[in-house]
Amino acid sequence: MAAMFDHLLHNYEEAAAIALLSIGFCMLLFDRNLLKKVIGLDIMNSGVFLLLADRGYIAGGKAPIMAEAASEAVRYVNPIPAGLVLVGIVVSVSMSALMLALTVRVYQTYRTLDVDHLYMLMSHRRKGGRA
Amino acid sequence: MTVFRVILLIGLVGCAIATAIVRKPMQAVIIYSAFSVVLAVLWITLEAPDLAMTEAAVGAGVTGTLLYLTLRRLNLIDQDEAHREKMREEADEHGKV
Amino acid sequence: MAKSDSPFRCWLRGELDLSAQLQTAEMPAPPEGERYEPRHHPALIRMIARQSHRLYVALVAVLCAVLFTVLLLTAANLPAYGDGEAPTNNEVSERYVNQGVEETGALNAVAGMMLDYRAFNTLGESFVPFAALCAVTVLMTRGRRKHPLPPEADYADYYADPIVHTMCKVIIPVILVFGTYVLVNGHLSPGGGFSGGAILSSALIIYAMVWGDQRAHGAIREKTVRRTMALAMGFYVVSKTCSFYMGANGMPNPISAGVPGRIFSAGLILPLNVAVGLAVCCTMYSFYMFFRRGAL
Repeated sequence: MAAMFDHLLHNYEEAAAIALLSIGFCMLLFDRNLLKKVIGLDIMNSGVFLLLADRGYIAGGKAPIMAEAASEAVRYVNPIPAGLVLVGIVVSVSMSALMLALTVRVYQTYRTLDVDHLYMLMSHRRKGGRA
Repeated sequence: MTVFRVILLIGLVGCAIATAIVRKPMQAVIIYSAFSVVLAVLWITLEAPDLAMTEAAVGAGVTGTLLYLTLRRLNLIDQDEAHREKMREEADEHGKV
Repeated sequence: MAKSDSPFRCWLRGELDLSAQLQTAEMPAPPEGERYEPRHHPALIRMIARQSHRLYVALVAVLCAVLFTVLLLTAANLPAYGDGEAPTNNEVSERYVNQGVEETGALNAVAGMMLDYRAFNTLGESFVPFAALCAVTVLMTRGRRKHPLPPEADYADYYADPIVHTMCKVIIPVILVFGTYVLVNGHLSPGGGFSGGAILSSALIIYAMVWGDQRAHGAIREKTVRRTMALAMGFYVVSKTCSFYMGANGMPNPISAGVPGRIFSAGLILPLNVAVGLAVCCTMYSFYMFFRRGAL
């Protein structure tokens, strides 16, 4: 158990990434404001990216710009997680733009962003109406 | 370097917690932008300058702007507390009747 | 005062009438003689809501705690942070690092990996913002007729400030030059299509923000944005299809890799970087304009 805890202290970046993921998850599920749910999902995204990039980091490595050939003296960090995270960031901003557009539409229809309030309003409907 | 990294990580997690607990959405948006800037610095310590540039432009710039514009469009920047206050008063009135 | 005063609590206790709220919400107005009515008996809905709300909070708290614990245990059992011998740093990344320069001609291993070894993957990923833009277009233009925006003068004069204008006149060209540098140097230095495009779009967004969206709409035509995006994505598809076809059939590659380190080198990576950058730039700028004025 103590060895595991020591290892966790050594993997402190991963622990921080997992903390970010959990904070985002709690925000996503507990916060009643739709806008803050979107921010929570963005924070979750950041946690995943941080974990991915940590896995590719090599202590003492340089950024993978090959000005000189790799040898015993020069080590480069793993380029694969960097490439994955790079497109991930752009995909995450597209996703949050889509969710924000949906949020705007929800607000225009119901005049509220509170999910509890939305639930109250959606449990009512027009008598004999279509929806 | 490790100390610097730990400070950045503490700042990152602190920003995330602050985003979760602040009341007004506008405050959450601003703290989220700060979160992205801290993350961009962290990418540099992880030897990923590509990510740092993208995060600074996209995470802090474009996402923050989109969140702000959403608030602006819904007129929620200053009126959020007032709206809640109104709802509370309405609830109280109905409670009395 | 044990009673909570949130509207939801009041509603749960049956003290809040929703008809006023439904009137202010811009739902379709009910016809004469009709009013909004609950789908089921209000007391039943409230009872279900109260019970399910409690259950939800309890379940979510347990779920978050379990998730956090399991993930921390996983992190404690991962290979050490910064370990070069970890299984993630396997022969694939070694090949990218050791033979990437001679095989792709790009000094930046990330660009070489994304736009040469995994170009097909990047094609799909640059279509994701495009798909999101289509959805945002539909959502934002549908609401525009029923919910018109306030006139621009209501918010634009906030920025009509000489200090802001002068600063932006200095800053915007610098950002544009820097964005272009990052874009076309993607195979030699950090950067590339995604970061360069985002930086360029931030310059355009600052322009639209400071000088008002009417002027930006006049300067950057809707048609230009659409055509640029279509051309960029089309170029990516066509050039990479040719490249894959010829490579798969063992034909000689007409585009030489060039001398690594020069600006015109690395084969298709430079044009593909420019294409991805233009597509990302147009997408981000369009997001801004759709959120700002509901049209491009």
